[in-house]
Amino acid sequence: MSAIPLSHVLILASILFSIGFVGVIVRKNTLFILMSLEVMLNAVGVAFIGAGSAWQQADGQVMFILVLTLAAAEVAVGLALLIQMQRRFKSLDIDLLSKLKG
Amino acid sequence: MMIPSATENVLALLPLHPLISFLLLITFGKRLSWHMAATLSIGAMVLSTVSSFIVINQLSLQSPVLSVDLWNWFELNLTNSSSAKINISFYLDGLSAVMISVVTGIGLLIHIFAAAYMKDDENFTRFMAYMNLFIVAMLILVLADNLVLLYLGWEGVGLCSFLLIGFWYQERANVLAARKAFIVTRVGDTAMAIGLFMLFKELGQLNINDLNESASTLWVVGDEAPYWIALLLLGGAVGKSAQLPLQTWLPDAMAGPTPVSALIHAATMVTAGVYLIARMNGIFLLAPEVMNYVAWLGASTLLLAGVAALAQNDIKRVLAYSTMSQIGYMMLSLGAGAFSAGVFHLMTHAFFKALLFLTAGAIILALHHQQNLFKMGGLLKRLPFETVLFAIGLVCLMALPGSSGFFSKEAIIAQLWSSNTAGPLLWYCAIFGALLTSIYSCRLFFLAFMGERRFDHELQPSSSRLLKLSLIALAVLSLIGGIFANTIEQSLSGVFPSVQSLNMNEPNWLHSVAIATPFVGIVFSWFYFSTYRNSNHGNLNNAAFQDKPTPLVMFCRQGLGFDQLYDLLLVKPYCYLARLNRKDIFDQLIMFSAWYVCICHDVFKSSQTGKLRWYAAAIGLATALLLISLGIESFSLEAS
Repeated sequence: MSAIPLSHVLILASILFSIGFVGVIVRKNTLFILMSLEVMLNAVGVAFIGAGSAWQQADGQVMFILVLTLAAAEVAVGLALLIQMQRRFKSLDIDLLSKLKG
Repeated sequence: MMIPSATENVLALLPLHPLISFLLLITFGKRLSWHMAATLSIGAMVLSTVSSFIVINQLSLQSPVLSVDLWNWFELNLTNSSSAKINISFYLDGLSAVMISVVTGIGLLIHIFAAAYMKDDENFTRFMAYMNLFIVAMLILVLADNLVLLYLGWEGVGLCSFLLIGFWYQERANVLAARKAFIVTRVGDTAMAIGLFMLFKELGQLNINDLNESASTLWVVGDEAPYWIALLLLGGAVGKSAQLPLQTWLPDAMAGPTPVSALIHAATMVTAGVYLIARMNGIFLLAPEVMNYVAWLGASTLLLAGVAALAQNDIKRVLAYSTMSQIGYMMLSLGAGAFSAGVFHLMTHAFFKALLFLTAGAIILALHHQQNLFKMGGLLKRLPFETVLFAIGLVCLMALPGSSGFFSKEAIIAQLWSSNTAGPLLWYCAIFGALLTSIYSCRLFFLAFMGERRFDHELQPSSSRLLKLSLIALAVLSLIGGIFANTIEQSLSGVFPSVQSLNMNEPNWLHSVAIATPFVGIVFSWFYFSTYRNSNHGNLNNAAFQDKPTPLVMFCRQGLGFDQLYDLLLVKPYCYLARLNRKDIFDQLIMFSAWYVCICHDVFKSSQTGKLRWYAAAIGLATALLLISLGIESFSLEAS
């Protein structure tokens, strides 16, 4: 099995990250923003895994598990917020939440 | 340190009695009953009067001066490291003896009158407290041995005058009059303060006796420094004594209660200017031009006020203008160098003008606060007691032979003709003023007391014994005031230098003309004002009693247009400028920094959109920028 070069992994990770980031910025629906965040987190995960295998270290996989649990927790909180938002505003438009406007 | 003698203690405590009374009255206020408040304030005045007579009795030809140093107030440092001590110390000589006897004696009688007059006022204690405070300030003014202490008393009487004119402060007119009096006298006081600064700069001290002495050794007659200093001091005197051109506040000051008009605006405070000039005679004698100005100011004020008094319809305003004109006589006399005659007229004027004002107060009280002369008439039959007293006052005012006013006024007029700084022209002014005095006095008497009654209400003469007691005492003083002439002359001879007079040949008809003038005025007005005198039911609707003044009379009634002139020249432009500068230009400089902060605030505020996606984008962009710059840096490090 020929090893995938690290640069390819990193390119994939940055493409995924960019897609997620653009999703966060352009999407109005909060659900999709959360999903885009998941994409970004997974992009980081891919980068960790790739780096871990490139240097033959277990740290990369440890970090990925950490990111995975963090993402699970974040989704739990995020979805709870989402339900509250739906109840209060009858909508998931993130731009409605602009009470901190100066 | 010398142990002060008993008399010195009495002198030192002289202003303390009314001060204690003032503090008690103002502290306990309305909790004191009328009896307690009246006893307290009058008792303090009795103590002051008794002690002033004790100290005056101690003055003799051997020791014509009594002084007491209380404590050191502060020290004034000159640039050349010498310093002048300003002490709280009292100095009693012939001049201040006359003044304290007038202030305490007349003050006592007016306090007694006021206790009866103001009995029903709900702020009686406040009134008596202010009156006592006034006596304190006036005593400090006349007893001060240096000009700073004198200035303290000077401002103190100004303050009390303000407080008492505006005593019934719910009335807008009273408050305006009080404010006017305060501001107009402030103009003079500023001039006087500048005069004091100049004196201190030139002579390095402010002790009155030292000043008069060192002035005569340092300067010669006609020097520039005493000219300016005397002119500035004259400014202060003019403001306080309501002389031209700062006379406009006095008629309006009649808005205050009548005892106030009698005490402050006739007998004592307005004569403070005369006292100041007499006190600083050493400076004034070095500036003959200023003495000449003083004489001319006095003469023009006495004529102007006499003309204005002819047109008044308010009994108190007639008396106010008459006060102005009598003070004009005092100024004229000071300007002519006849200091002791001026001070003597100050004293007799205090007697009879206090009598006139208080009697007018009693009449006004009986007429339910009616002050309009055209609404009086026929009081001769209805208020005989007051009529007799008022007639006594008027006789003194007109200076008919035998009355106290005769002795003092004739003394002034006699010295005018051959004085260095006055002259025949001013003598004619004084004679014409005397003629005017007798004419307006007769007009006042005919309108108020003779003819038929023109008021609707029933009379309510006051039966208060206190009121009558003080009136009778003042009437006696006014009648016999002339007997003090020699005493005063003697006690003042040590204070004032004798002034050289020109050896002009005085025509021998001078005295007879001076004595005859008031009688001419009486005869003239007996015929000229015969309608006022003979009014009956038939001619009450006559035009003479309708008080519809012609423009000329109106012009005179309003004080010959000075109020309008000042309004036009000073008040209106000032108000215009104030309105123009409503958004204060200096304020704008300060507001610029506030504006700058606001701009910054707006800029930063606009970055806080509250939109989550914008924040995310900003974070991403910033991170990208950071990474790029880090990359460039590490690249350039590697390259080097």
